[in-house]
Amino acid sequence: MNTTDTPILSIRGLAKRFGGVAAVSGIDLDVAARETVAIIGPNGAGKTTLYNMISGRMTPSEGELVFEGRSITGLAPHRISRAGISRSFQINNIFPEMSVRENVEVAVSARRGTARRWWNIASRARGVQDEAAALVERLSIAHLAERRAATISYGDKRLLELAMVLATRPRLVLLDEPTAGMTPDETQRVTALIRRLADSGEFTFLITEHDMAVVFGLADRILVMHRGERLVLGTPEEVRVHPEVRRAYLGDTDEADEADETT
Amino acid sequence: MSRVLMRALGVVGAAAVLAGLVAVPWVAPYFYIFIATEVVILGLLAASFNLVFGYAGMLSFGHAAFYGVGAYATALVLLHLQWPLIACLAVSAVAGAALALVIGFLSVRLDEVYFAMLTLAFGMMVFGVAYQWRSVTNGSDGIAGFMLTDFAPGVGWVLDDPAVYYHVVLGVVIVAAALLYLICRSSFGQVLRAIAQNPERVAFCGLNVRAYRLAAFTVAGAFAGLAGGLMAPFLRVASPEMLHWSMSAEPVLMAILGGTGYFLGPFVGAALFVLLETWITGFTEAWMLVLGVLLALMVMFFRRGVFGTALAWLTRRTGDRS
Ligand SMILES: Nc1ncnc2c1ncn2[C@@H]1O[C@H](COP(=O)(O)OP(=O)(O)O)[C@@H](O)[C@H]1O
Ligand SMILES: [Mg+2]
Repeated sequence: MNTTDTPILSIRGLAKRFGGVAAVSGIDLDVAARETVAIIGPNGAGKTTLYNMISGRMTPSEGELVFEGRSITGLAPHRISRAGISRSFQINNIFPEMSVRENVEVAVSARRGTARRWWNIASRARGVQDEAAALVERLSIAHLAERRAATISYGDKRLLELAMVLATRPRLVLLDEPTAGMTPDETQRVTALIRRLADSGEFTFLITEHDMAVVFGLADRILVMHRGERLVLGTPEEVRVHPEVRRAYLGDTDEADEADETT
Repeated sequence: MSRVLMRALGVVGAAAVLAGLVAVPWVAPYFYIFIATEVVILGLLAASFNLVFGYAGMLSFGHAAFYGVGAYATALVLLHLQWPLIACLAVSAVAGAALALVIGFLSVRLDEVYFAMLTLAFGMMVFGVAYQWRSVTNGSDGIAGFMLTDFAPGVGWVLDDPAVYYHVVLGVVIVAAALLYLICRSSFGQVLRAIAQNPERVAFCGLNVRAYRLAAFTVAGAFAGLAGGLMAPFLRVASPEMLHWSMSAEPVLMAILGGTGYFLGPFVGAALFVLLETWITGFTEAWMLVLGVLLALMVMFFRRGVFGTALAWLTRRTGDRS
């Protein structure tokens, strides 16, 4: 990690209020290219809301977002996706009635500009097909390619969503609790996969996660959020020993696991 | 059964149906030429509606507006300019698309029931205009008294002959349906299906969902306009009833009856609709009752529609879009 480079993403004074309630307030964060930043905090801390603002799903109440030197504050989701930011959702977000292959094809053809072609035959669009095949291969769901997406396992749906995220060839990837609801086996698989992707040097990752083993295993830096605010930002070592963080999340109990249950 | 055999059977079946359609004037009672013409035109209307509903997932209640405008366009051009029919039809398609572009631009930003209500409202406005703007539309009487032209300069087809006109309609609809089918099977069509299932995901893939919805709506408007353009010379009139909001229900019912998940579903639905209406009104006034029962059954037990159910039954496997 090298934070002296110009950051790929720069978050300045970002805030979101719902009515009078501040879900996120005064968040500052610079993310360097190719680093992995984990965002942790209890449920309701504002992690998803932060993602929603970065990805254009919600307009910030205050503050600015700069991606690769360009302001993306308040842009529509499709513009932010085009700019190079892609996200997964805390709750699986796929095309349930399409095959796994088609799910990925839609994302690939969106990026390649094939999506507007009305004169081709989708199932014979070579470039799209090949790229989609490579992606399902990369996420080890190739054996499920012809299955209807609604019928595959929960963990495989998360992998499918990841394939769709990567299909847009993002430079910045936002993952919202990628291992939530997964079996320990699946968690390990996904963690290893994210590690490989991070090591490939193609992507910058923001990851929210409740599983501390996953967080400490992947993150270059960790942002700890609490009630919408930034509590601590530092390396895993700094965060691990930080007294407030220890008190809040890392005590000798299994609070982190309990926290998985809601939202 | 093997895939290849299945495919071969499908091709043979389609060819048989097509041959049957072409042969109607020679083998069926005279009266059925008119029934068949109506079926084919309304089938195109229902299929155009299904691009918006079955594929893109938007329930439009204003589809008659585009159909009606297409009818008026051809009737007016025939009345005032006497252009060959093919040019009239082009004008109808453009008119349908243009109106759909305007109404769609204002409607596609809304979701679900609000979209449905807004398209209904715009449909009513278009009816109001056609009804009130007497100097152009001739009010409640509509545009009538036009002479039919040749199909294209020099081909010499006598369109006044119902059999000839039926064959022209069949040919035009086959070409239009092939184009519509191509659109449905394309990458664009794939995106529309994705939008129907999860518009948010499509947006996060980097596509402007509104623009895609608007494109689908406009294309559907063009095909609906074309259907209207074919209907006016057949009925010898373009009347306000053609764009009345109750007319907007017909493609909805036909698509659901036939099966919205299948390209050919709306055509089958249109055939059933017209045939049943003809037969049932022959011996009872209760056509609406029968239609209502049928629709209720479809929605409750046969969501795939008549075509989809038959197809699933024939092939004994879960039907994909075909
Ligand atoms: N759309 C919304 N409307 C109102 N309140 C919301 C909305 N989304 C999130 N919130 C509130 O914002 C706070 C932060 O939520 P969230 O960002 O989902 O937290 P996290 O992802 O860290 O669990 C919570 O109190 C939540 O109830
Ligand atoms: Mg969350």
